[in-house]
Amino acid sequence: MSQSAEKAGRKSGFFARLKAGLAKTAQGLSDSIGAIITGRTLDRAMLDQLEEALISADLGLATAEELVEALAKQKLGREVSDEEVRGALAGEIARILLPVARPLALDPANKPHVILVAGVNGTGKTTTIGKLAHQMRAEGRSVMLVAGDTFRAAAVEQLKIWGQRADCAVIARAETGADAAGLAFDAFAEAKAKGTEVLIIDTAGRLQNKAHLMDELKKIDRVLKKLDPSAPHTRLLVLDATTGQNAHNQVEVFKEAVKIDGLVMTKLDGTAKGGVVVALAKRFGLPIVAIGVGEAIDDLRPFEAEAFSRALLGLS
Amino acid sequence: MFDSLTNRLNAAFERLTRRGALSEADVTEGLREVRVALLEADVALSVVKDFVAQVKEKAIGAEVLRSVTPGQQIIKLVHDHLVEMLGEDESEFELAVEPPAVILMAGLQGSGKTTTSAKLALRLLRQRKSRCLLASLDTRRPAAMEQLAVLGKQAGIDVLPIVAGQNAIAIAKRAHETARLEGYDVVILDTAGRLHVDEELMDEVAAVHAATRPAETLLVADALTGQDAVNVARQFKARLPVTGIVLTRIDGDGRGGAALSMRAVTGCPIKLIGVGEKLDALEAFHPAGIASRILGMGDIVSLVEKAQATVDHKEAERLAAKVQKGAFDLDDLAKQIQQMKKMGGMDGLMGLLPGVGKVKKQLAAAKVDDSMLARQLAIIQSMTKAERRNPKVLNGSRRRRIASGSGTTIQEVNRLLKQFQQMSDMVKKVGKMGMKGMLRGLPAGALPPGFPRGGLS
Ligand SMILES: Nc1nc2c(ncn2[C@@H]2O[C@H](COP(=O)(O)OP(=O)(O)OP(=O)(O)O)[C@@H](O)[C@H]2O)c(=O)[nH]1
Ligand SMILES: Nc1nc2c(ncn2[C@@H]2O[C@H](COP(=O)(O)OP(=O)(O)OP(=O)(O)O)[C@@H](O)[C@H]2O)c(=O)[nH]1
Ligand SMILES: [Mg+2]
Ligand SMILES: [Mg+2]
Repeated sequence: MSQSAEKAGRKSGFFARLKAGLAKTAQGLSDSIGAIITGRTLDRAMLDQLEEALISADLGLATAEELVEALAKQKLGREVSDEEVRGALAGEIARILLPVARPLALDPANKPHVILVAGVNGTGKTTTIGKLAHQMRAEGRSVMLVAGDTFRAAAVEQLKIWGQRADCAVIARAETGADAAGLAFDAFAEAKAKGTEVLIIDTAGRLQNKAHLMDELKKIDRVLKKLDPSAPHTRLLVLDATTGQNAHNQVEVFKEAVKIDGLVMTKLDGTAKGGVVVALAKRFGLPIVAIGVGEAIDDLRPFEAEAFSRALLGLS
Repeated sequence: MFDSLTNRLNAAFERLTRRGALSEADVTEGLREVRVALLEADVALSVVKDFVAQVKEKAIGAEVLRSVTPGQQIIKLVHDHLVEMLGEDESEFELAVEPPAVILMAGLQGSGKTTTSAKLALRLLRQRKSRCLLASLDTRRPAAMEQLAVLGKQAGIDVLPIVAGQNAIAIAKRAHETARLEGYDVVILDTAGRLHVDEELMDEVAAVHAATRPAETLLVADALTGQDAVNVARQFKARLPVTGIVLTRIDGDGRGGAALSMRAVTGCPIKLIGVGEKLDALEAFHPAGIASRILGMGDIVSLVEKAQATVDHKEAERLAAKVQKGAFDLDDLAKQIQQMKKMGGMDGLMGLLPGVGKVKKQLAAAKVDDSMLARQLAIIQSMTKAERRNPKVLNGSRRRRIASGSGTTIQEVNRLLKQFQQMSDMVKKVGKMGMKGMLRGLPAGALPPGFPRGGLS
């Protein structure tokens, strides 16, 4: 995103910013729904088309069907306007998303509050950690980052740069292939000793169908409990908005491995609709603690159900 | 969560016992299920619609063969059409230009460009003896250049030295010039991730293209991509003369519908697939394999290939000879487990097999997974040579020592030895029954996953 667009975004506040981020997203969906509903009587054929429009926003078949059925109950056979149909759909979606729009909660009783960040390769874990650290520093908290991705080339360097940007310490080991769990343990001990308020642990990207990599993640989760049975206090799963229905498997398997406490959805500044979160919210009810809307340090936003749903349907 | 298309279609056609030509009603019924399957596999809606219409045309009036059900018949039609649409097998690279041939890598953030650049250089070196120069044009992502430098070092490929402050176009020109002067065959340009709607950055990559006239321009995309795949592919194609697509993370359990979406809207061949994070995890694209996967039928072609590529045939023969003599020992079992791991572990293999859902559940119930393989291996490795040759000497205290040495429990050690005992009993019978008969006779759970099955090795 260009500098000027970024500045404009910052000035005009969250809703405008979110809308800008989702504008391209919404355009496609609203175009297709606009084309479908042109002030006629809402009939089955039109409902089918509406369902397809939702499917192409990655909501998935089951959720799309359900939403359209809800709409049919209210409006089948009635004269409907474009606005009205979109409003009703957005309302349904917001109803589903409202319970999961919950920001990250830090418990000051935890010293430090340990956040473990996991996810599939390239979804935006490291970047999101940089952004989160920046937010927390701005709130005046002390933050320490742990370079738990000891596998990928230059992953440590990448996190160190984010640490500089966010002005916080980064704990890392020089050798690649170092034991991530051991590192996390040591960093936790160090953060405890120093009285650091938040400890954020980066992990290597892993596909959820690789059992040995999931075991490694479980091990990190486990060793932290040796120092504090309630740690890690928050386990975040980072999802990429461009991902389609595989997000279901991702949440299911990561959740099974380490009991995920919250989701972050990144890359919502593209045209990907991220509609899969609607289905995820219904199925798992996990909080969506933040969304990523760009590569810059302040491109992390709270997830707001109402705004997200309306923006998704091209409504202001 | 997803039912395989085969199951769906069979259910849809259960009522249909009638034979003869497929009627329009049969086809419409069946294609509804096909549409569902394709959508669940993340094929973009517009592409699904075209696809279904084309298959419908082919299917109506087609004879139902005596030996198959109408459901199977439609699957075959769908599968064949899918393969056709996915395009040619193993499209080769057009590098027959005056060297150095430039390969430009582009795509969304995090799609796998940098990793694939290094993999590709290694592949070209191994397959064509091409001398490659890698260059990172990513001036934006933190440590992107270091990442490529590290990967180059791991792969033994030269990487253009970093010059601070240069922009992407300047680096591209320097890379091209360096490659020309120093006699490289190929120069691979890794670019920063960019959104297809980011005008500024799309202009930048177009300018890089204009400045270096690449022989190949590859769009690197994540196989897990959903409906947005069509937008991404279309818009990259509109701004860059894309010559091929690389799909990464095929080693995941995504259904890979993006392959069809991207191929359909760009007409560009899928040239390569990324199947892991390691540098040799780049493979040729086989449409039949991806077609089966999209349809939820498992990737039999790939499985067979993988087995051929990784199973050490000499080793297999040696083992067969031992089995013949009834002299199968724990060392042999360890080798089997290692072989299994080399083939991608349980998950790697299971992902390729048809009907995995059910088998996976059974395996999960029996706690058969990669960590079990690793633990079994650890147990065997904690034995002395003599113990491995003759497990009969393993008394309680030895078993305890092995359990603690391998970080497992005595129960696990016992279980492994029991399995081994059952196996060696079977092995002794092998002369009479033959391998296949023996495997069929094994009690459930007695066979460790690494043991060779008739069809595989
Ligand atoms: N456009 C956009 N790009 C993002 C966003 N979040 C992350 N990225 C980019 O996505 C790419 C991958 O991000 P990383 O933070 O390295 O992802 P990761 O999950 O740590 O990756 P691995 O550690 O390799 O698994 C980088 O180019 C980031 O700049 C976002 O919200 N929007
Ligand atoms: N499992 C798996 N991981 C892959 C594959 N290809 C790349 N990766 C991983 O995906 C992540 C992102 O890969 P990169 O090569 O950094 O992606 P990129 O497109 O260069 O990212 P940006 O430069 O940030 O846009 C890394 O963790 C890689 O190890 C693949 O085929 N399979
Ligand atoms: Mg990372
Ligand atoms: Mg890169």
